[in-house]
Amino acid sequence: MDSPARRNLMLLIIGVTFAFLYIPISVLIGLSFNEGGMPTAWTGFSFKWYGELFRNADILNAGLNTLIVATCATALATILGTLLAIGVEIRRRRGRALEALIFAPMIIPDIVLAIALLSFFSLLKVPMGLHTIIVAHVVFNLAFVCAVVRARLKSFDWSIVEASSDLGASAFTSYRRIVIPVLAPAIIAGALLAFTLSVDEFIIAFFTAGAGRASTTLPMQIYAMIRFGVTPEINALATLVIGVSVTALALAQRLNKGGLPGQ
Amino acid sequence: MTTPITSLAAFALFTVLTATVSQGQSLTISNWDGYMAPDAIAKFTAETGNAAELVLHATNEEIMGKLIASGGEGYDVVFVSSPFAEILHNLGLAETLDHAKIPNLANLYPEATKLAHDPGNTFSLPYAWGTTGLCYRSDLMAAAPTSWNDLLSPSAEVTGKTTMLATDRWLLGAAFLANGMSVNDTDEAALAKVRDTLIAAKKTLLAYDDTTFYAKLVSGEAVLTQAWDGWCNYGIGENADIKYVIPSEGSDLWVDTMVIMTGSENKDAAYAFVNYILDAGNHRWAAENILYKVPNKAAMEGLSPDLLAQFTNMAIAPADLLKYEQLRDVGDAQRAYSRVVTEVMASR
Amino acid sequence: MRPGVMPPGRSGLNNAMNSRSSTILIAPALAWLTALMVVPCVLILALAFFRRGIYGGIDYTFTLENLALVFDPLYGSILLNSARIAGIVVVIACTVGYAAAYAIATLPRAWQPILLFFAVLPFWSNYLIRTYAWMVLLNREGLITQLARWMGYKGEMPQLLYTEGAVILGLVYSYLPFVILACYAPLSRLNPEIAEASQDLGASGWTTFRRITLPLTLPGIAVGAVFVFVLSIGNFVTPALLGGGQFQMIGNVVYGQFLTANDWPFGAALSMVLIAVMMVLLLLQTMAVERGTRADG
Repeated sequence: MDSPARRNLMLLIIGVTFAFLYIPISVLIGLSFNEGGMPTAWTGFSFKWYGELFRNADILNAGLNTLIVATCATALATILGTLLAIGVEIRRRRGRALEALIFAPMIIPDIVLAIALLSFFSLLKVPMGLHTIIVAHVVFNLAFVCAVVRARLKSFDWSIVEASSDLGASAFTSYRRIVIPVLAPAIIAGALLAFTLSVDEFIIAFFTAGAGRASTTLPMQIYAMIRFGVTPEINALATLVIGVSVTALALAQRLNKGGLPGQ
Repeated sequence: MTTPITSLAAFALFTVLTATVSQGQSLTISNWDGYMAPDAIAKFTAETGNAAELVLHATNEEIMGKLIASGGEGYDVVFVSSPFAEILHNLGLAETLDHAKIPNLANLYPEATKLAHDPGNTFSLPYAWGTTGLCYRSDLMAAAPTSWNDLLSPSAEVTGKTTMLATDRWLLGAAFLANGMSVNDTDEAALAKVRDTLIAAKKTLLAYDDTTFYAKLVSGEAVLTQAWDGWCNYGIGENADIKYVIPSEGSDLWVDTMVIMTGSENKDAAYAFVNYILDAGNHRWAAENILYKVPNKAAMEGLSPDLLAQFTNMAIAPADLLKYEQLRDVGDAQRAYSRVVTEVMASR
Repeated sequence: MRPGVMPPGRSGLNNAMNSRSSTILIAPALAWLTALMVVPCVLILALAFFRRGIYGGIDYTFTLENLALVFDPLYGSILLNSARIAGIVVVIACTVGYAAAYAIATLPRAWQPILLFFAVLPFWSNYLIRTYAWMVLLNREGLITQLARWMGYKGEMPQLLYTEGAVILGLVYSYLPFVILACYAPLSRLNPEIAEASQDLGASGWTTFRRITLPLTLPGIAVGAVFVFVLSIGNFVTPALLGGGQFQMIGNVVYGQFLTANDWPFGAALSMVLIAVMMVLLLLQTMAVERGTRADG
């Protein structure tokens, strides 16, 4: 296979995959502009649902809460998960128990974790709120981050670290200046994964939230509103989330002109 | 690198403090979305001076799981269906009501004070009630359905265009009634019969659907569905060819109730709230806007005749409603029910 | 022995520092998991040994009946069926996901995080909204049908929604980005120049792939497969909505025991067995991957 054909094949694969990923998204973006309320018929173009959305304080409040929860949970989980991954991979003997412990958060059914944590917090009389959701989310997020980073670590070239230590660098310096930068793409992938899991998680959030508006997240709000089917207002919300995220990325790109990690 | 982390930590701490502080002081009410007037809370606060907050739950099961696991912590008033109110009472989580604090109780129909799950309204107050029946497109069916068997063993014209409710007790209810049994029957042989009926019915079904079946009726994707009367009204509102009928074998009487939690720290405010809801004008909102019958005599008598003409199932008399059996908590037999539903849902 | 890659467990640091470093690194995460997962879950799973109280509470008399009930053929068949569906989802998602991750890794470095971002972006909307969007597309009078009619197709459309295929489609869709991320992690090591160099030296593209790229990135595929399998088997929303509730997955059953049946002891017993089975599978898979990564060269 010569280069241009190979390059075109790669672009085709990406094109088809992303087209698949964005099919329902196009539908929901389209429906958010539908004048009528039901998805069965298009009755005209309108911005009115966006107007409704901005007047809905509950949704905006829930959206902000979700952002707080997802950001904090991702930050904590990425740090803990990456450290865990490195620590596990440099061990000479990894017991089955350790492996099992790291897999467990992914395997435990979320309803079990949700009820277990609520009962536990209740037993210890821990006050509930957004912080308890964050703490709960970190539990499974860190396992996913760890798994992703370990996948990269399995083919990690440790001889560089050995060379660095031979030259007198402390362990800490070696990790900070050699291991982490090389792992950066994997860490970013892990963080994206954790954020995506948190942003759209319902069951654990519902159970570990406090009882009140201050700890209602967006999935909780939307699940409750879905009784009558998806209103265009919710589609407008989803469209906005996507729009805001893309804008945030564009801004981050401008600010980060010096280059992206991993280069 | 450290500044984002410290500001994140500070922000997190801030949310912890605000979340914990705000909880104790105002009334926390959990309800389904759209089940109360949008300004109900604001009006309540203006009239009585009690701060209140509404949070939503999507299903009975989820809010019950949370209440049981946490002992009801943080919640003051919850809206749950009657079998679940029974469970809360049996687990000691529902407050025994002091009727002196709820003068608007007098607005209720006499029948609403004699409900099987809670005679005398000792731990729950009825908010809405109704029946479960068949909701169908009269223009797409040759003859109007009259029996549960029209749904469970459908004719060729309707096969593949039917839906049934996904919630356990109502799914079983249709089969119980079709076989002439009580909806609370726990006999093994009866359950076996019900299971076989439902497994056979599954082969002709389009889907199990609790919430969007009326949209399917409107679009024509479904022609005959098992439905709660209030939900069917949404379909009727969109398409006048949609009709509701209670099959000849009967229905069940469902009741959604308000319960005050024993662990509530704002009991006086909670009483003020349930009293406020039982006011004729406030309660009438539910009937007029969500098209459900309310057990409030004073409220129902103020309804416009046009509404009752368009949505005929709203005109049914309370005395007739009480002819139907309520779903009751069946204690240990719940496991058997659960197993039957699993077997039905897993069959292929 | 591939140059530059040490056997697992040996770092460039001497042994004493190695184990001390390792302990320091894993301590915070392990403490978190122990306090906030192991302890609470053990307390709940222990309920499997007690009876359900009459009204749904707990009756603290010891019994093994819940565990015995788990081995009833009904639950075994549901588990097998769930595993079958999850398996199909894994195969499709990993094939497509790996191909996409590979393609992303061959593009210029600056583009890679951006493409990853766009791969997960749809999943920052809401699960239910996306699922309902699929229902709008797939239902009998839905957008796909309308498109077909517009293109001239006059016959009766096959049933797309409320089928097992719809459930599989929904699950593949939901977890594809996770596979892409997981496969990308080891693939990010790939230098587009290595592949070119290998080809310049005469190796065909396929050989390069088979002997260098694939073993290197096997851990990523394995991790992705684990994610998809585990998440699919516990998923209950997709079968309920896209399947019309007609396909009972083990996730539905566990959820139902805790919430609908209010039977925490049986739910705990079912979960215990499920966790044990999955744990064994995962540990076997880990061993297989280690062998696969080491055996080459």
